[in-house]
Amino acid sequence: MAAEIGFGALFISLIFAIYGIGAAIYGERTHRKDWVKSAQQAMRLIFPVLTISIGSLLYLLANGHFEVVYVADVTSRSMPLYLKLTALWGGQAGSLLFWSWLLAGFIFAVALRKWDRDQDLLPWVIVVNLATLIFFLILNIFYENPFARYWQDASGIISSFGQPPGALPIYPRDGGGLNPYLRHPGMIIHPPMQYLGFVGFIVPFSYAIATLITRRTDDRWIQITRGWTLWAWLFLSLGLILGARWAYDVLGWGGYWGWDPVENSALMPWLSGTAYLHAVLIHEKRSMFKEWSMVLIVITYLLIIFGTFITRSGLLSSVHSFAESKIGPIFLGFLILTLLGTVLLLNSRWKILRSPHVVQNLFSREALIIISVVLFLGLLVTVFWGVIFPMISELATGQKVTVGPPFYERVAAPIFGGLLTLMAICPLAVWSYVSFKHLGKLLWKPFLVSLLGIVLPLIGGLTRWPALIAFWLVAFGLAVNIFEFIRRIRIRRRTEGEGWWSSFSKVFRRNQRSYSAMIIHVGVVLMALGVIGIEFFQTETQGTLAEGQALRLSSYTMTYEDLDIFDTRDARNVARAVVSVKKDGQKLGELYPRKDFYYESGIPVTIPGVRSTLLDDFYVILVDWKEISSEGATFKIYHNPLVKWLWIGAWVFVVGVVMATWPSGKKGLKALNVGKL
Amino acid sequence: MKKFLRSIVGLLSLCLLTVSVFRPVSAQESGPTDDEVNAVASQLYCPVCENIPLDACGTVACEQWRGIIRDKLAQGWTEDEIKDYFVAQYGDRVLAEPPVQGFNWLAYLIPFMVLVGGLVLLVFGFRKWRVTESLQSTPPRRKTGLQDPEIDQEYLRKVEEELEARTRGRG
Amino acid sequence: MKKLLLWSALALLIVILSVGLYRSQQGQINVGQPAPEFTLVTFSGESYQLSDYQGSVVVVNFWASWCETCKPEAKDLEAAYKFYKSRGDVLFLGVDYVDTEPEALAYLKEFGITYPNGPDLRTEISQAFRIRGVPETFIIDQEGLIAHLQIGPFLSLEEIKAIIDPLLK
Repeated sequence: MAAEIGFGALFISLIFAIYGIGAAIYGERTHRKDWVKSAQQAMRLIFPVLTISIGSLLYLLANGHFEVVYVADVTSRSMPLYLKLTALWGGQAGSLLFWSWLLAGFIFAVALRKWDRDQDLLPWVIVVNLATLIFFLILNIFYENPFARYWQDASGIISSFGQPPGALPIYPRDGGGLNPYLRHPGMIIHPPMQYLGFVGFIVPFSYAIATLITRRTDDRWIQITRGWTLWAWLFLSLGLILGARWAYDVLGWGGYWGWDPVENSALMPWLSGTAYLHAVLIHEKRSMFKEWSMVLIVITYLLIIFGTFITRSGLLSSVHSFAESKIGPIFLGFLILTLLGTVLLLNSRWKILRSPHVVQNLFSREALIIISVVLFLGLLVTVFWGVIFPMISELATGQKVTVGPPFYERVAAPIFGGLLTLMAICPLAVWSYVSFKHLGKLLWKPFLVSLLGIVLPLIGGLTRWPALIAFWLVAFGLAVNIFEFIRRIRIRRRTEGEGWWSSFSKVFRRNQRSYSAMIIHVGVVLMALGVIGIEFFQTETQGTLAEGQALRLSSYTMTYEDLDIFDTRDARNVARAVVSVKKDGQKLGELYPRKDFYYESGIPVTIPGVRSTLLDDFYVILVDWKEISSEGATFKIYHNPLVKWLWIGAWVFVVGVVMATWPSGKKGLKALNVGKL
Repeated sequence: MKKFLRSIVGLLSLCLLTVSVFRPVSAQESGPTDDEVNAVASQLYCPVCENIPLDACGTVACEQWRGIIRDKLAQGWTEDEIKDYFVAQYGDRVLAEPPVQGFNWLAYLIPFMVLVGGLVLLVFGFRKWRVTESLQSTPPRRKTGLQDPEIDQEYLRKVEEELEARTRGRG
Repeated sequence: MKKLLLWSALALLIVILSVGLYRSQQGQINVGQPAPEFTLVTFSGESYQLSDYQGSVVVVNFWASWCETCKPEAKDLEAAYKFYKSRGDVLFLGVDYVDTEPEALAYLKEFGITYPNGPDLRTEISQAFRIRGVPETFIIDQEGLIAHLQIGPFLSLEEIKAIIDPLLK
């Protein structure tokens, strides 16, 4: 019953969406507002209907209706309720429905806006949004139906939605269960965040396309979507950060980023999205380089579709990819259509997008932003090439090749170094004109402080010059931002005679974007500190120990104390080792690395025991493909200096972005509509 | 002179040390350590499961491959020789990067050309976008609105456009 | 000029993605198609080139020592080999997929396999046949066309004979 309701709701949503596009186009062509309003109304209705659909699927998942193929694929009797619900996005069909539902949510919010201004954009915004939704609904209805069920007929067991002739329904007793890797808390929240980021970018994209179609040359689309874009970008960033955290916590290779093709497909739109956020600044503040923002938002959206395509079509395989699927060809069709459509549109409107390009000074804010955009794009192109090259190579030579971390790191390291440098200078750079004397006056104090970034490591015995430069850049970036922040508050205090707190909050509210940007940059610089620590200075060792024996790494000694093996209620077998850790002879405590073996899927998951401080992480894994007993267990230890700063920096980053999206003071929501001229 | 002698002695001892490390392990029975095996394995990728480095892969097959590395190390093979062996057995995909030969040159050439090209375009761009000397002496502005008369006209035109659009929209 | 560059890059990308997708969705080579040419060098150093065996039935079996499902059919394949050996016009070739030599030789010894076996160097042969996993067996007729494709192990000696016998008429 629930499956029928769920599928019916899917179908109705599709009808509404098709109607909406038709009504919008008709209303636009005949200049009849009432048709466009009707389309807007249809947009509002889709979300509640699709919620019914997703609600049905959740109901089926929660109640163990294993006759539904998807439920049997991703849940099992032994899973706790919360995992059964989050299994919604554990497989292809469910995650596509989830995607459609999120998209419908954004469309709903867009439809709720007051549209008294910019009425000419409305029909096209509707068309672009609904066209995308229709595509994903078609995927769910005709290709990956989450409500298909199992039937038995003469040839065996088949799956389909409707009852095939001569087939009988069957009711399996249990399901296969969710992939154990997906049962970790990080893994639960990472997909929704990632999807929110991907889906969110349709909003600025649809407004941009609407602006192009209506041949407008103003900035309204940017002003309207500013808040949306920031939130979408925040979710995209969170998706990447959570993915990295999950990889570090669970995958057990002591790292956080593998330059895997699927990771890269999430990184690429982030790179162009960040470039867009910066280019938009020049666009708005100086009315220059307008084509850049338009092109960048289009590229970001296209990369999202591209990334989704290669992840879900079976074109690539990695830890991330979904099982092979039939949606490949139609997805490729959608990608090609979108690609050609947007490029043709951009091409035909290129002349009217023309805007001045004036950069007076190499250290002006415009110049720094342009350089940063070029750096982001440079990395983007390299990553893109690395992702598609294996495909090209196989077609050209028949040989498969791997494009792995060394390829990407070679380019990413200097580019991130360049971005770090820019982040250090940019708080001091003003628009259009910068005098070196002025710059020098502001720079000399933080510069001196930043030299600590070279002196301290040197004292500590570090001589690798790339690491020294990296540390100096981090110190410089932090120093400049902090000094500048304090300087501005001081000025305000002096002129207004206020206390520290009121100066701080007034200064912040006055120029919210600027200060949020500083906080965001500080967050990124701190993340860079963590990356430098682990990339330059990680050490590891592996060895097999009997109880009582020890392994040494750096100044640490780890002794294998004890082993517990037991079964848990949710169908797994846990081997939990107890190890004690000493540093320079001082006992630090105990860690509990363990291996969980999931009976249903036969897949083991290793959970490391980690001691994490601001200075370093001591990270112990039980090597699960070797036998684990008191006579001999194999441990792999990583020493990761400074890696905690990666997560601290991430927090600061998130705080900064949230502050940037905060409605400013009394103006509140109106600020999103009005914006500054 | 003393310095020179010292460096010769240093070099010699370094060579002796290296040789002793690579001499076939007859005296010791333990063979190459896990770390030595992992050092080579981390540079190779699992031939079957894509994009997983050999030291992190938990399958039976990967365990066997690490066993091969261990044996070869014990026989005195160098890292490069072991990598070449894996490539001969399983193909180029076992390496972390495409080997630089034939078609795979493109893997490195294209990003290099694009990055260099981008830099060149940037330099040329900055040259083109620089305003003439006379404007550089004007004081810095706080708000938008360049004072170039040509652009002012554009700005005026746009304001008029928007006003028209708004009055049209009201109807 | 810039536009031409952009459009050709776009066209190239579309072509690459389309062909790439098509290739990834292709299955193994189909029955009736000509078998791809290959040369197998056995563990003992002999060389077998497929085109040399036009006029014979060739059984190409892909296996690996780490493959659990390959084990049930190993004895049956050896028995089939012995059954047809005296005729001289049925050739059995075992292609060892992505394996390690010591373990492979141990596997052959365990199941008493005596027909020629060799490693699939650089995975060229398995790529040519576009196998999806092991075990897979391709039976090639006297004209060099694929007569039968077996995905997964053979269940019995009779099953193997039932496929080869019609080809020998």
